[in-house]
Amino acid sequence: MNKNLLWRLGIIVATLLVFVFGIFGIPQGLSGHALLKAMTDRIHLGLDLRGGTHLILQVQVNDAVNVDAQNAVEVLKEQLNKHKISYADISQPDPQNQPDHVVLKGIPPEGHKDLVDIVSERLPEYNLSSEAGNAYTLSMKPQMLTELKNKAVSQAIETIRNRIDQLGVSEPTIQEHGLGQYQILVQLPDVDDPGRVKDIMQSTAMLEIKQVIGGPYPSEQAALQDKGGVLPPDAILLPGHGAPGAPPDQEAWYLVSRVSAVRGKDLRDAQPSTDQNGQPSVHFTLTGEGGQRFYAFTSAHVDDRLGVVLDNKVQEVANIKEPIRDTGEISGGSMTQQQAKDLSMILRSGALPAGIKYLEERTVGPSLGADSIRHGVTAAIIGMLAVLIFMLIYYRAAGINADVALLLNLIILLGFMGYFEAVLTLSGIAGVILTVGMGVDSNVLIFERIREELRNGKTPPSAVDQGFSHAWITIVDTHVTTIVSAAILFIFGTGPVKGFAVTLTFGLLANLFTAVFVSRAIFDWVLSRKQRGEALSI
Amino acid sequence: MEFFHNPNIDFLGKKWYFLAFSLIFSVAGVYSMLFWHHIPYGVDFRGGTLVYVKFSHPPNDNALRAAMDRAGLHHAKIQRYDIPSNNEVLIDLDVQETSEQSLDKGKAQIINTLEKNVPPGKIDLNNAPVLTLKNYLMDKDPMHLGSDAEQKYKEQAQAIVNGRDKVHGGVLTSLEELKGVVDPTVLASLSDGFFLSDFGVRNVEIVGPQVGAQLRKQAILATAYSLAGMLIYLGFRFEWIYGIAAVVTVFHDTLITVGAFSLLDKDISLTVIAAILTLIGYSNNDTIVVFDRIRENIKLMRREKLSDIVNRSINQTLSRTILTAGLTFLTVLALYLFGGEVLRGFSLALVIGILIGTYSSIAIAAPILVAYQDWRVRKGKRPTAMPVRAR
Repeated sequence: MNKNLLWRLGIIVATLLVFVFGIFGIPQGLSGHALLKAMTDRIHLGLDLRGGTHLILQVQVNDAVNVDAQNAVEVLKEQLNKHKISYADISQPDPQNQPDHVVLKGIPPEGHKDLVDIVSERLPEYNLSSEAGNAYTLSMKPQMLTELKNKAVSQAIETIRNRIDQLGVSEPTIQEHGLGQYQILVQLPDVDDPGRVKDIMQSTAMLEIKQVIGGPYPSEQAALQDKGGVLPPDAILLPGHGAPGAPPDQEAWYLVSRVSAVRGKDLRDAQPSTDQNGQPSVHFTLTGEGGQRFYAFTSAHVDDRLGVVLDNKVQEVANIKEPIRDTGEISGGSMTQQQAKDLSMILRSGALPAGIKYLEERTVGPSLGADSIRHGVTAAIIGMLAVLIFMLIYYRAAGINADVALLLNLIILLGFMGYFEAVLTLSGIAGVILTVGMGVDSNVLIFERIREELRNGKTPPSAVDQGFSHAWITIVDTHVTTIVSAAILFIFGTGPVKGFAVTLTFGLLANLFTAVFVSRAIFDWVLSRKQRGEALSI
Repeated sequence: MEFFHNPNIDFLGKKWYFLAFSLIFSVAGVYSMLFWHHIPYGVDFRGGTLVYVKFSHPPNDNALRAAMDRAGLHHAKIQRYDIPSNNEVLIDLDVQETSEQSLDKGKAQIINTLEKNVPPGKIDLNNAPVLTLKNYLMDKDPMHLGSDAEQKYKEQAQAIVNGRDKVHGGVLTSLEELKGVVDPTVLASLSDGFFLSDFGVRNVEIVGPQVGAQLRKQAILATAYSLAGMLIYLGFRFEWIYGIAAVVTVFHDTLITVGAFSLLDKDISLTVIAAILTLIGYSNNDTIVVFDRIRENIKLMRREKLSDIVNRSINQTLSRTILTAGLTFLTVLALYLFGGEVLRGFSLALVIGILIGTYSSIAIAAPILVAYQDWRVRKGKRPTAMPVRAR
């Protein structure tokens, strides 16, 4: 055997070892079970094979913009008062569609300069434009608006990840979903109960403590009547739980202060607990700064009532008997122990910057996953055997060559997946099967060309040489076209379809090595053992 | 062994037959897409709710339909899924009954409708998640593990679910079936809080209208990008006319494949689009093999007519065209026959696409090259319009 050939065989054996390691790592043992475990430790099964839940969420980013614009309204009112500039009205004309637009009306002309200064100093992310009749429009700078929306999405991802982690879901995927605007893709393997997880993810968990000015009222109208038809400007009406002892389905409305004494970000910890009646509740502690504010608030409002408001619903109303520093409790309603546990977890994970909406939900039961694995593996084995046997019959000894190359192709493909910690889905298995079918095409192209050259009277070594060199370009072309469309599939596809694109691409790349380099080395080895003029079995 | 020994078939002479054949299939497909079954979008593209339910006995479709109707789901479609012995039914709600405000409402309604004769205070074990089981066991504490039993009962709950889903295919008919899977005391305590319904939910797909529209747009874009990618690559590797011929051919394959789905009224799902994109890449392979040979032969046979060169090239590569496609077809057929119901649409697209793709690389792509050449000659341009660019 010549040196060049030895080198090539060395490379092939080394590649084989590297990729076998990629598949199995260092297994615990050599039994079938240990090998299977070693393999599934490295190549993870996708949701469609192991069962689980796949969700697509829409982050309602306009919520976050609205919060910012509301804040801008407050800042403007405060600053204009401070500068003693009168105004008729400051409001958002269309919070639904143009949440970042704030309109100021009735600003006297002499206030113009101050207003410009206020905006550039306190609200630098906004543009101010003046309109006819002493009116101005404030709107967010486009770049800032995009930044704010993107930030809302990344914060939502962070919060959701915190919550999912605390639920103890293993190997979750939580990432921005590139296909749509401001969407998040969440994949939860083994989660067979999406209802609860979805509620936990969706809860904005916006906790506020506000002063209760009036209520409970049996309806919104009753509250309005009590206040003579007009609500005080600094108060809002919120629904809540009825007074203790009232029927649970009875409506209750409270008039509470617009500003909050404490907000979600002032929260340091929340733990499940029980209230004085022995009912499950959530006990929370505030941060140092939040505690100080809470202390100031409760000191000023001894004998007033405060309300714990969660997601704009009054959960608990209590009288302030003495100044409170940094703890509080949420009970009310009829929380179960599980709900108290979930709520405290949600509060610990922080509030969502914007509401979310579910756009897509898929749950694969484990029974279907198990069936899919069985079907996929059966189809793969049958398809592969059919190809291997056909090659042996049609090309005889050269068929062995093709079969060796094909098996090596599969080992490299699986090894690739092991190294990249790729996820094997059902369509990924289909990709493996297709790789077998498409990969063997390269061998056929080469072998048919060799046969043709032999028919034209070439000697076996020269026919092999010609066969490989002529088929090479064609093989590259065919692989490029298939990989180009697989790449487009990868960019556009989601979940399972992506898995297919990945396996097919890896498989075809490996095929360039096995069908050309490996197969050629085997041919050269066979030829080196033959007498001059001896025929080639092909 | 050899299937073809020096074939010499006048393929170009049969181009009118080929054209007629292709036209019949394309027109039939387009007709069906426009006026008959339309494009049968799968749930990924049209939005809606699909609930796959497995029963412990052969289900009665009409009774199910009536029950859904009584529950207010008037447009629910009930179809048998997979082989009949599987007792599986697919309940399909259209997008009107899938609101984005509460996406899983339809699913909950379906499950509530199927849960009948529920003994008071009991939970359906066939549709109970691990968490429910764990909480129940921790509450009952049948193994007397005391307060810190969470891990142990979680394992027991998981074992129950595994026994149900992985061993018994998702539906238990008797608690006895869990014998040996879980602790005997746990098994004995289950009958206090659980009952067994006659069904289990195997799979749920809910797609809101927004995602459906989004995916539709993306599927069309992806197909267009793929075709453009082929055109550019082949135009660069060969000549523009080769690229155009190949892309027209692949477009013809795609049209007939999608048309076939419409004619057969089979749902086009996301995986079917994946198959079509793969075909766009793969169908070109045979075309490239023929084109490569044409280019090679043009250099060797400078004096011959292009149509003769093309014919010769097709014949010379015929055996490899048939073999490569045949081998891929073999694996795809295995996928179609043994790959299970989930992959059925995907493998059907590949089965149809590979057949059509092989046919068209001989019957469509090559004649386009010759037709272009003839057209140039008629217009009085350079007769050797098939330039040879050595690369």
